[in-house]
Amino acid sequence: MSPQMSPDIVNGMSSNKEAAESTTPTVTGAPPKLRSTNLNFFYGAFQALHGISLDVFASKVTAFIGPSGCGKSTFLRTLNRMNETVKGSRAVGEILLDSENILEMEVSQLRRRVGMVFQRPNPFPKSIYDNIAYGPRINGMIKRGDMDQHVEKSLRRAALWEEVKDKLHKSAFDLSGGQQQRLCIARALAVEPEVLLLDEPCSALDPIATAKIEELLFHLKDNCTVVIVTHNMQQAARVADFTGFFLMGKLIEFDSTEVIFKTPKVKATEDYITGRFG
Amino acid sequence: MNLSFHRKAVNAVMLCLTGVCTAVAVGLLFFILGYLFVQGGFSLNLDFFTKLPAPVGEMGGGMANALIGSAKVLLLATCIGVPIGFLAGIYLAEYAGGAYASIIRFVTDLLNGVPSIIIGIFVYTMVIANGGGFSTYAGGLALSIMMIPIALRSTEEFLRSVPGSLREGAMALGATKSRTIASVVVPAAIRGLISGMMLNLARVAGETAPLLFTAYGNQFWSPGWKQPTATLPAMVYAYAVSPYPDWHRQAWAAGFVLLTMVLLINVTARTIVSSGFSHKQK
Repeated sequence: MSPQMSPDIVNGMSSNKEAAESTTPTVTGAPPKLRSTNLNFFYGAFQALHGISLDVFASKVTAFIGPSGCGKSTFLRTLNRMNETVKGSRAVGEILLDSENILEMEVSQLRRRVGMVFQRPNPFPKSIYDNIAYGPRINGMIKRGDMDQHVEKSLRRAALWEEVKDKLHKSAFDLSGGQQQRLCIARALAVEPEVLLLDEPCSALDPIATAKIEELLFHLKDNCTVVIVTHNMQQAARVADFTGFFLMGKLIEFDSTEVIFKTPKVKATEDYITGRFG
Repeated sequence: MNLSFHRKAVNAVMLCLTGVCTAVAVGLLFFILGYLFVQGGFSLNLDFFTKLPAPVGEMGGGMANALIGSAKVLLLATCIGVPIGFLAGIYLAEYAGGAYASIIRFVTDLLNGVPSIIIGIFVYTMVIANGGGFSTYAGGLALSIMMIPIALRSTEEFLRSVPGSLREGAMALGATKSRTIASVVVPAAIRGLISGMMLNLARVAGETAPLLFTAYGNQFWSPGWKQPTATLPAMVYAYAVSPYPDWHRQAWAAGFVLLTMVLLINVTARTIVSSGFSHKQK
C-alpha cells in the first residue's frame, strides 16, 4: 500500500488538525521509538482513522483505550501493517520507526522489528519448542546449535520456562489459555522485536492469567517498547506509562497515564474514564 | 382425539419410511460386498495374486498383471494429478480472490462433472490416435485428469479450514505469504490433505471407462510404461462379458479385491483425519 495523498483526503484531514495537535504528549525525553503523523486509515470508502498523530516512547508501555469500534485496534494493526491483509484498505500519512517510514518499508522486515500478540492465543499446531523456534528459523537469526538456548531465553522472558521446560516437545495445544498466550508472547519475543504490539491480549483470559501477563509486561519494557490495546481501563492504569484515548476514529487525548486518569483535559476522556459511556 | 391419532399415524409411517430407506442405503454396501464375496471369494487364492490370466479353455490362472498394471496406472495418475490439483488448490484458497475464485471453482466443478468416458475419448484422440498407442502412460494420464479437480477442491477446502489467526501469527513474525503457507498453513492441514488425496485415489481406482480407450488391456505382463496394460477394472469388464463361467468367477474375485482395496483406503483416510491435531484452540 503506497501512501498517496489525494487532494480531497488532505482537505478531509484539515478538520481533524486541532484534535491532533492538542494531543501532543507533554512528557518527553529520548526521541520517540514510533512517531505517527497525521495518519488516516480507510477500509474501502470508510475512514477508520482520522489524522492520528502521536509518539510512542522507547522502553515504555503505551496503552490505547476507547469504546469498541473506536479505531484503537486499527491503529495498532497499522503499526506493523497487519491491516494490509484486509482488501481495499489503505493507510495515508506517515509512521516513523526510529527514522524510517514503516509504510514504505519491506513488510516482513517491518514485522520482524515490530512484533504482535493477538486477542486470542494463536499457537501453531506444532510443539512448544517449534512454536518459539519458528520466527528465528524463518528469519535465519539463530544458528542451529544455539537454538535450544534461544528457546529457553525467550520462554524465560515470557515467564513460561518453569512451567513448560519438561514438555518442550509436546503440542502447544496442551497448554492452558493463559499459558498459550504467554507462549505467543515468547514466540514474538524470540525474533527480538524492538516494539511489541498487544491487541487486547487478556480479553480471552481469566483474572489470574491476566495478572501474570500484566506483570510480564512490566519486565518486558526493559528491552522492548510495548504498545497495548485494551478495553479494560484498569488494565491501562495498571500497566501503561502513556495512555491514548480513541473515540470514533480520532485520538481524543494522549498523555501520561497519570494525567489521563487523574486530570484529563478533554471532557470526553473524563466521561469515558468515569464510566459515563462506553 | 381423532386428529391426534391421525398425526401419530402419519408420524409412524414417515418414521418407518425414512428408516427403511436408510437401512437400504446402508445395507447396500454390505449386500454388494457380501455378494461379491460369495460369487468371487472362493476363486480368490494365491494364484489370483501371483499368476497371469490362463488362456481360454484352461482353468485357473490369476490377475497379477492387472494388479501391477492398476498400481502403475494409479501411481502415474497420482504423480501427475495430485501435484497439479494441490498447487492449484493452494492458489485458489490463498491467492485467488472474489469473482476470479468463483470462476475457477465453477470451471473445476464442471471438469469434475465431465463423464469419465469423455475423458477417455479425449486422451484417446490426443495421445493414442496421434500415434501414441495404448499404454500405461495414456491410462495414467486419463485418470490424472479425473484426479485434478478433486485434488484441487479438497486442497482448497482443507486449507480454508485452517484458522486465519495462524496465518496472522506467522506473518506477524516476519514470514512472507508463501513462507506462511509452506510452514504453517499446509502443515496445519496436512492430515486432511493426505486423506483427501487418498479418497481421491480410491475414487479413480475403480474407473473403467477411460482405461478401455487408453491402457486398453493385456493378457500378459506389460513391462515399462509404453505398452498396453491390464488393469483390475478393465479386467472385470472383459471377464464379466465373456462366455466362460470360470472367467465370471474370476471377474467377481477381481471386483471383490478392487472393492476391498477401495474400502481400505477410505477407512485409512478417515482414520488419519479423525486422529489428527484439532485446530480448536482453548
